[in-house]
Amino acid sequence: MDATTVKKVAHLARIEINEDNINQYQDDLSNIFSMIDRLEALEIHDIEPLNHPLEMTQRLRQDTVTENDQREQLMQNAPEKADGMFLVPTVIE
Amino acid sequence: MTDFDLTQPETHSISELANALQSKSISSMELTQLYLDRAEQLDSKINAFTSFTKEAALATAQQADAKISDGNNNFATGIPIAHKDLFCTLEGNTTCASKFLENYQSPFESTVTQKTNELCLPMLGKLNMDEFAMGSSTENSFFGPTKNPWHLDYVPGGSSGGSAAAVAASLTPWSTGTDTGGSIRQPAAFCGISGIKPTYGRVSRWGMVAFASSLDQAGPMGKRVEDIAHLLNIISGFDAKDSTSSQQATEDYNAGLAQDISGMTIGLPKEYFSDQLDSNIATAIDAAKSELIKAGANFVEISLPSTDAAIAAYYVIASAEASTNLSRFDGVRFGHRSDKTEDLESLYKHSRAEGFGEEVKRRILTGTFALSAGYYDAYYLKAQKVRRLVLNEFKVALKNVDAILTPITPTPAFQLGQKQDPVTMYQNDIFSITANLAGLPALALPCGFAEGLPVGFQLLGDHFTESRLLNIGHQYQQLTAHHLARPTALV
Repeated sequence: MDATTVKKVAHLARIEINEDNINQYQDDLSNIFSMIDRLEALEIHDIEPLNHPLEMTQRLRQDTVTENDQREQLMQNAPEKADGMFLVPTVIE
Repeated sequence: MTDFDLTQPETHSISELANALQSKSISSMELTQLYLDRAEQLDSKINAFTSFTKEAALATAQQADAKISDGNNNFATGIPIAHKDLFCTLEGNTTCASKFLENYQSPFESTVTQKTNELCLPMLGKLNMDEFAMGSSTENSFFGPTKNPWHLDYVPGGSSGGSAAAVAASLTPWSTGTDTGGSIRQPAAFCGISGIKPTYGRVSRWGMVAFASSLDQAGPMGKRVEDIAHLLNIISGFDAKDSTSSQQATEDYNAGLAQDISGMTIGLPKEYFSDQLDSNIATAIDAAKSELIKAGANFVEISLPSTDAAIAAYYVIASAEASTNLSRFDGVRFGHRSDKTEDLESLYKHSRAEGFGEEVKRRILTGTFALSAGYYDAYYLKAQKVRRLVLNEFKVALKNVDAILTPITPTPAFQLGQKQDPVTMYQNDIFSITANLAGLPALALPCGFAEGLPVGFQLLGDHFTESRLLNIGHQYQQLTAHHLARPTALV
């Protein structure tokens, strides 16, 4: 895995990575995918993928409100807030 | 029951503690205080806890004593417990042993802890773990590693290392853990205790911080099979809040423990007994087989050919699901926020870079790459096909055997700080990840020692056969005393 790919993946994952650490990530991810690449040798074209270990389907319920308003509790962990809203850096000037 | 010894509550089973509470030989306040004192005295050596919730524990104990006085109690009311620090609790912090959640106070209670709270099981504190349950040594904790109570220079395993070490050191009578690829069973083996990963969907995942949602399952940890069967009774069952919770009826997991196991057939998959297995573990498992034969069980060799491919499939699925689940940690709504924020994107990137440890970042990057455009078919889809193969092979084998016996790890506990590359660490999960891929229940039991360090084996069964696994395990523990051994360094 080259440095450009590592940077691209880190961007997709929204994780800042230090230039000094890119080599280490290249090595680690290359080793991990070398191990994972043993999947390539398998003849599994006809096998149906398994999404759920018990092959259960998603349970449905009535489309009604089940949770009461917990805005105050949910806001309590916000790193920055104002007027009952989450505060982030300016998005639109 | 043996006479209750107030100075050594840790030598008693859960049933004996329950009897002592109900006969008022001891109050829940006294019992809870004894454990808090013991934990206070010993945890500086072991670091099994991320935090203590002393006042809340004593308040619950007081309620428990009132319930017992009124005859308004359940079997386990008043017995203290500690929870892995990824169950969201209203009391105390819920950190997942991550800097990102260092100060996080959950606004809701997980279903598992709700159930133990309803019975008035005083919560002593929250237990250390590998950050976000990613790891096999509890060294990936923001709060520092947990030590193995049998040898303080060795790891307790992980990711539920604090849960296993706290039980082994008798800092709590029992604990909860979670198991995505062996995180209950491997630390149970390394610390010489018992633990079960139930069938996928048996215990609600609601309020557990998600790692890999199609693999995650909570379960009980304790010294004896009969102890964890009691805790499974408490925490299992359908939960409308968890969309993957099973509606299959629960059982009384203690009811069948005493059944005779003679005539049962146990499979030994040849792929799990290769030359790579540590010779001391192989010897201990041979001895365990002899005991089970004495109890009337038969052994047959079986084959699970996709075992080797399973490890690759596991690390694709677990990492992919982790990268998706951990995208919620954005530094906006809760958790760590970086000071280095010029705009929204740099807020995300720096908060995540500062808040996550190295192993978590590695898994997120692995999963992000596996799911990125053009690679889905090569990795995730193929991994799910292997997952089908693994399940099919188990299903075929389990038509002819009642349970499957395997090692849990290729080696005993390793030394703290022993640097291993990620792939070597991942390969060590080879025996434990298959139960998660197939959603099967798997019970870990101690079976002896390798140079002073505990080793264990696991029993796997078909979906929802927890009772049978616990029955076999309990019968094994009637013939052996490995589960009663205590770390002498701490007694």
